[in-house]
This record gives sequence, C-alpha cells and structure tokens, in this order.
Amino acid sequence: MIDILIKNLPIIVVLCPLMMSLLVVLIPNIFFSWALTTLSTFLTFIFSILLYQEIQIHSHISYALGKWMPPIGIEYIIDKVAIIPVIIISGISFLATIFAYKIMPEEIEKKSISKVYSLWLLAIAGLLGLVTTGDAFNLFVFLEISSLASVALVAMGAHKDKQALVAAYNYLIIGAVGATLYVIGVGLLYGVTGTLNMADLTNRIADLNNNRALIAGFGFMIIGIMVKAAVFPLHIWLPRAYAYAPSAVSVLLAATATKASLYILARILFSIFENSENLINNTLLFVILPLSLLAIFAGTIMAIYEKDIKRLLAHSSVAQIGYITLAFAIGTKASIAAGFIHMFNHAIIKGGLFIAITSIGFYIKKRVTINNLSGLGRERPITFFCFVICSLSLAGLPLTAGFISKLYLIKASISSDGIWIAILILMSSALSVVYLWKIIEVLWMREGKKIVKKENPTIYISLIIITFLNIYFGLDASLVVNGSFGAADKLIGDLK
Amino acid sequence: MITIENFILITILSPLIVCVLTPFISKNTILRDFLGPIGGMISSWGALNIMSSALNNQNTTLEIIKIAEGISIGFDITPLGAIFGLVASFLWIFAAIYSVGYMRGNKEKNQTRFYAFYAIAVHAALCIAYASDLLTLFIFYEVLTFSTYPLVAHKQNEKAQKAGRLYMSILVGSSVILLLPAIIWVWVATGSLEMSQNGVLDGKLDGAYAPLLLAMFVFGIGKAALMPIHKWLPAAMVAPTPVSALLHAVAVVKAGVFTMLIVLTNVFGIDFLAKTGASEWLIWLASFTLLATSIIAIYKDDLKARLAYSTISQLSYITLGGALATSMATQGAALHIITHAAGKITLFFVAGALYVGAKITKISDLNGHGISAPLIFLAFFVGSLSIIGVPPMVGSWSKFFLMLGAADSGYVVVIGVFCISTILNAFYLMEIPARAFFFKKEKEINIKIPKLILIPTLITSFLTILLFFLIEPFQNLTSMIVSRI
Repeated sequence: MIDILIKNLPIIVVLCPLMMSLLVVLIPNIFFSWALTTLSTFLTFIFSILLYQEIQIHSHISYALGKWMPPIGIEYIIDKVAIIPVIIISGISFLATIFAYKIMPEEIEKKSISKVYSLWLLAIAGLLGLVTTGDAFNLFVFLEISSLASVALVAMGAHKDKQALVAAYNYLIIGAVGATLYVIGVGLLYGVTGTLNMADLTNRIADLNNNRALIAGFGFMIIGIMVKAAVFPLHIWLPRAYAYAPSAVSVLLAATATKASLYILARILFSIFENSENLINNTLLFVILPLSLLAIFAGTIMAIYEKDIKRLLAHSSVAQIGYITLAFAIGTKASIAAGFIHMFNHAIIKGGLFIAITSIGFYIKKRVTINNLSGLGRERPITFFCFVICSLSLAGLPLTAGFISKLYLIKASISSDGIWIAILILMSSALSVVYLWKIIEVLWMREGKKIVKKENPTIYISLIIITFLNIYFGLDASLVVNGSFGAADKLIGDLK
Repeated sequence: MITIENFILITILSPLIVCVLTPFISKNTILRDFLGPIGGMISSWGALNIMSSALNNQNTTLEIIKIAEGISIGFDITPLGAIFGLVASFLWIFAAIYSVGYMRGNKEKNQTRFYAFYAIAVHAALCIAYASDLLTLFIFYEVLTFSTYPLVAHKQNEKAQKAGRLYMSILVGSSVILLLPAIIWVWVATGSLEMSQNGVLDGKLDGAYAPLLLAMFVFGIGKAALMPIHKWLPAAMVAPTPVSALLHAVAVVKAGVFTMLIVLTNVFGIDFLAKTGASEWLIWLASFTLLATSIIAIYKDDLKARLAYSTISQLSYITLGGALATSMATQGAALHIITHAAGKITLFFVAGALYVGAKITKISDLNGHGISAPLIFLAFFVGSLSIIGVPPMVGSWSKFFLMLGAADSGYVVVIGVFCISTILNAFYLMEIPARAFFFKKEKEINIKIPKLILIPTLITSFLTILLFFLIEPFQNLTSMIVSRI
C-alpha cells in the first residue's frame, strides 16, 4: 500500500488538490468547504514531505503518466530542484488556507465561497503541476490552469472593490500574452527537435548549435516565463493583482505564484538549454543581469513612494524577484543556490507580511493605506510583533531567514568578482528599510482610533507559524542551505 | 569550580536576564530599578574571571548555534575582548545606579522600557567583546544598534524621532552596505569567518586590494565615528544622559573602536598592514578627525554636544593607534579603551547631574555655580585631567603608549598631532570647572543633586586615579595582543 503511494507520489501531489477542487464546488456550506480545502492542502503538504524524504534516498523520481514511457508519454519528474518549489507551494498554501477561514467570508459573498475554494485548489494544483511536470507542453497546460484560476480569484475581490475587475482583466490579458509567447517557443522547439520531453530536449538541442529557430524558440519561452514570473519590466500586472485580490488570495499568490515561474526559468536556463552555453551566458549577462538590477532598485523605490500597503508589498516583491533572478544571472553554483535559498525565504517572508497586513486590514474594513493604519500596531500587538519580525527578515537583518539569503547571495557575487553587485544589493536592502520603517512607525508611534472589533485567534495560527519559521530558518538554515546547494548541484552539475 | 565557558555565559547572559525580567517586575519599582546594578555585578564578576584566564593564556571556544556549514554564533576569549568586556560590564554597575537616580530625578516616562533596552544594549556589547568570529561580531553589532534606538528616541517627541532616524540610518546603512560585504569578502578570500591573532589575510588577499577592503571596514564600522560618518554621535545626545554616558561614551562607541582594532590586528594583522601600507591613509584620516572634532568641540556651548565631539576625537586616538600598526601603538590604543571610558563616563555623569539638579545644559550658564555643588565639579575636573592625560590620572598611560607607538612607527607628525590635541583637550574641558569656580555668578540657582547620581559620579572619577596605580594587569593584557604576533 505505502509502496504504491510512494511510487505514485509525483502525480498524487498534483491530483490531490485537483480532484478535491471538483468536490469542494459541490459543498455549499462555508465551514465544510473550508475544512475539505484545508484537508486537501494538508494532505498535499504531507505528500510533499514524503517526496522530500524519498528524494533524499533516490535523488530523482520519474513517473510516466498512463504508463506511456517518456519521451513519448508525459513524464513527471521530482528531483532535488523541483522539490523546493513543491515544498514552498504546498506548505504556504496550507498556511494560507488556515488563514482564509475567517477572512474569506468577510470579503466575498457567502454563496460563492465554495466556488472560491474550488478555484483556490485549482490554482494550487496548477502551480504544483507546473513544477513537477517534465514535459514542455504539459507545462503550458498547467501554466494556464494556474493563471486562469488565479485571475478568477483576483476578480473575486470585486465584492469589496470594483477595481479588482480591472486588475483581474490586466492580469488575464498580460498573463495570456505570456503564455502564448511560451507556447510559440515550445512550438518552435518542437519543430526543430521533434520532442516535448524536457530531458530529451536537452539532448537534442546539443546537436543544434546556433540554429535560428532554436534561438527564437528560446527567446519566446524565456520572455513568456518572465512575464509570469513578473521579472521587471514585465511585472506590471502584479502590483494591481496583489492589491485588489481578496486578502487570503494575496497571501497565496504573493508567496507561491511567482516562485513556480522562477523555478521554470531556472529549469529552462540551466537544464533544458544547458548545452547552448554561449546563448545562455549572453542571455544571463545582457538580459537577466541588467533587468534584475533594475528590478531591485525600481521595485524598492516604487515601494518607498507607495501609499497602499498591499501594493507596497507587491512592489517589494518585484524587487525580491529581482534578487532571485540576479542570483541566477551570476550563474555560478553558489549563486544559483543563493537564488533558491532566497526563493524559499522570500515565500515565508512575504507570506508573513501579507498575512499580518491583511489581518490588520480585516479590522479596519477599508483599503489598507498608510494613513488608515495609525496606531493600529498598539491595538494588535501580536500582529504588529509578527509584522516587525517579518520586516526585519525582509530587510535581511541578522538572526532572521532573510539574512541567510543575503549572506549567500553576497558571498556568491563576491566570489565571482562582483563586489559592486554585492554593494548594489546591500544598498537596495538598506533602502528597503525605509519603506518598512515607514509602516512600522505609523503602526506604533502615531495616535489612532480604537478598534472595536474583537480579536480573532484563527488568524494568528498561520501568522505565528510563519513568523516562527522566519526566525527558525535564520538560526538553523542548514536544511534550506543544503537543499538549495543540492538543487544547484543538480542544475549545473559539474560544469562550474 | 566554574569553567571558563560558564564564565563567558554568566557575563553575557546576566544583562539578557535583566532585560527579560524587567517587564515582569515593573510593578515593583525598587526591585526593577536595582536589577541593573545587581546584573552588572554578576556580569563583571564573570568578566574579571575571564580576564584572569586571558592573562593565564587560557582560551576556549564556545559554539552556541550552528546556523549552517561554516556559519555559527560562538564566543571565545581574546586579550582585547577581555578588556572591553570588563570595561563595559564594570561601568554598567555605576551607570545602572546612576540611571535610577537620573530617571527618578527627572520623572521620565516609560522607565521599564528604558531599563530593558539598556540591559540588552549591554548584552550586545558584551557579545561583541567575546565574539569568536566575524559573523558573530556583525550580528551583535547590529543588535546593539537596534537596541539603542528606543533609548535614543526615548522622549518620543519630534526631535528625538528625527535624531533616532539619523542615528539608525547612518549606523545601519554603513554597517549593512560596507561592513557586511567586507566581512563576506574576508570569508571568500580566506574560506572562513574565523579571526586569528596574527591576522588571516596575509597571503590570502592581494596586497593591492588591502586598502580598499580596509576602507570598507573603516567606513562600515560607523560606531567608531570617524569623519565623515560621525554625525550620528552628536545626534544621539538627545537620549537621556545615562544612555549618553554608558552607551555613547563606553559601550557603543567602544564596540566600534574595538571592532576596528580587532579588524586591524586579528583580520589584517599589523605585519600585513605594515607590509602593504594599507593603513597609511587611515593615519591621516584619523589625525584629521582627531583635530577637527577637537576644534568643533571648542565652539559647542551645549555641554553634552561638546562631550560628544570630544568623544569622537578620543575615539580617533584609538583608531589612529591601530592604524600606526606597531605593537606599542596598538597597546596604547587598547589601553585607551579603558582610560577614556573611565574618564568620559564621569564627564557625562556630571552633565546629567547638572541637568537633573538645575536643568543646566549650556556651558555658559555654569558661571559661578562651583561653590553650590563643589563635589560634582571636582569630579568633572578629575575626569577632565584624565582625558587630557595628566598624571596621576589613568589617561596619561594610554597617551604615553600612543606617543611611543607614534615614535616607533616613524610618523613623527603624529606625535605633533597628539600634542596639539592635548592642548585643545585642555582648552575645551577646563573651561567648565574654570567657569564654575572662578567666574562671577549671574543668577541664583539651587543645585540639588540626588545621592544616587552623586555617588556613582564620585566613584568613577576616583576610578581614574585608582586605575593609574592598578594599570599593570591591563598593561600585561594589552602587551599580549601584540606580543603573540
């Protein structure tokens, strides 16, 4: 029994939320639909933990869908790289689901709640499928599943603020353009190689040096994924989508959605095209590196001038995505590992910040802008405390998870003779203190109104867990660090 | 028998325990207020034992947390660290008693918060003193900055918040943008974060990069207040005086120059510095800071501002001593950590006493008040003599060694710098007792100084004389910093 389970884990991780989403839509009761969603995300999380343990032994698990052997059939692959986004997505989505219980009915019409949970699970299934599949076209399918579900989820914010519809529409159009570009790229690759299986693609691309169609296909794929990953300047859909989505959805999207696409970006750059060294090196140096640096500064500066807090955090996400792509752009084993470390840490940091801010917003019933927050920190000390910890982590202060990412990122950039990159990174992280400090000062120092509403303990569960993780992984980072170095090892092998 | 490891733990944990306990006993003000002095005594007992084991050449490494491969938080004993740890924990006793008198006398708000953060700042300073590697040093350097922010912005008015922001942005900005990459650069170059008595960079770093790396360290260690990153120190003077006294004359700034000396001796190593000439520019920068801030101090009428500029000038003595890269100068610099601490804390205590007793902040308001509070001005006089470097005050020792070191290194100009600065010191410090005792009184003010303020002030001023005769163990210890090289 257990054997069968373990053998089928790569597909079960995806199927569990996918199947449950079909079931949830049939349950009209708010509590039961939530409970089923929680159960499903919890099971998914457990399965991904099992997968993690399995990976420690076998290091590579391949699953042929419907017993159609690759490269003909669709293959699901879990290796040391894929397991990182799998853990991030399943873990965060579990925490976000717990968080959603009280806050969802406040923001969404009661009768559509079960549909929302159905979409919620569908989005999670899409993201998980995205990172587990080993087939370039199947990846496109999951990309669309997760995007469309997320768009619908963002649009649900319309109950509170009609602007959400515009945000969702933006997200839909830009997302669709991105997906189309990606699929054009896949088409071109299929044309020249005749395969869709990623591992097979890698081998066949080796014989096709400097083929024009190959280069064009690569370009389309990369740009398509960069839209989805919100790499500057293709990020314009992101701040609005995060800002107007229902609170719980913001948490889920902010912590997981872009991570999956960033993982795909790493896969394309370092795994599928690993044999076209010239092409990759030029892309890293002339495209990804400058864009990442721009993203870091543009995101941070826009966050400094932003008044709406959810949007502010979204701009900060753009900057943080810049750190991850910057790490990829440096292109050494250490730097790619640093990218994965930050991918994990950023998920718990941003998740925590969004939970804290939206649960404060839960009490004021308005859009969360800087001026609405006066003195609320003193009213809700636990939330405030967690917010401060996560902020410190985002700014990369010692003893928090964020510090570990910065440490390895800077070490990687210095060891590849990029001391100026290190200093730029640190300057922007010092700048990020400015906008975080602005929020903290308003929350704590200013006088404000009293909150009449009672505190709701269910909100705190996920907040406290995620804050604890921020400190824990700052003190004992060996799990994340070893995992990420394992991933980097697997991705670029013994090349560098 | 308590092992050395446990003494390290006792020393660094007692302020932390004080911090944790303070909020829980905030109702019982007497217990809360005297928790600090008690913690200080326990802590300095530990620090004394650590110093004796440092004198006996015993060493140990205590790893607290292993964060990941090659990164850990750990503590060990170095001669320099033993000195700084003892200074910080011992002076905390008096500063804690003093702050009780000050906070009560001034009827300050939020006293519990004040005492809690005061203790955690001392904790951070002690952790810096015994840090075994660069990362531990950096982590607690940052903890020290963050824990002092609530103390600097204690008054919570517009002025205090503005000063707090300047304080944070300079200290956090410089340390994060320059100190952290400098540390990681050392890590990349040598493959570990460890420091060693002879320095770790010799042979690992191209000599041509040494001045650049040193510059990153020097400007990254904002707490050492070299020009042009000294502005935070005068800004921090909005804090209540006990903070200025212990933290901005002893713990924080000494943590800065301690880090500077550790970097110069245990990371670069003075041989490497002398060989590459990497620190030559630092000699001139420190000399310039030393003289320029002395001159600025003369023009400051606000007593605390004058003391702040005087502190910056005195900190440059220590940096200068390290930069000269001779054993004698390093020894003088290390001794100056002790001697300046004892002298300057007295001066700040007096400044706070005058504020509590008569709300005097300006030097020009002091005319003729010496008779109404003779003891406090006497204490100031003794402290000033120590800073100026007149025997039999302890300050004369460190100046003596620094001048010897300057002569040793061949930079004769630096001896001149020390001499001019001594004259300037005398000029701006002696004005205060002179005005108090010899000028004509302009208006009648009744100066009432609480006993809890007067006693610690007298003790620390007496300490400057006592230490003159007890300098031998410290001198032995400082000679160990360099003789092992």
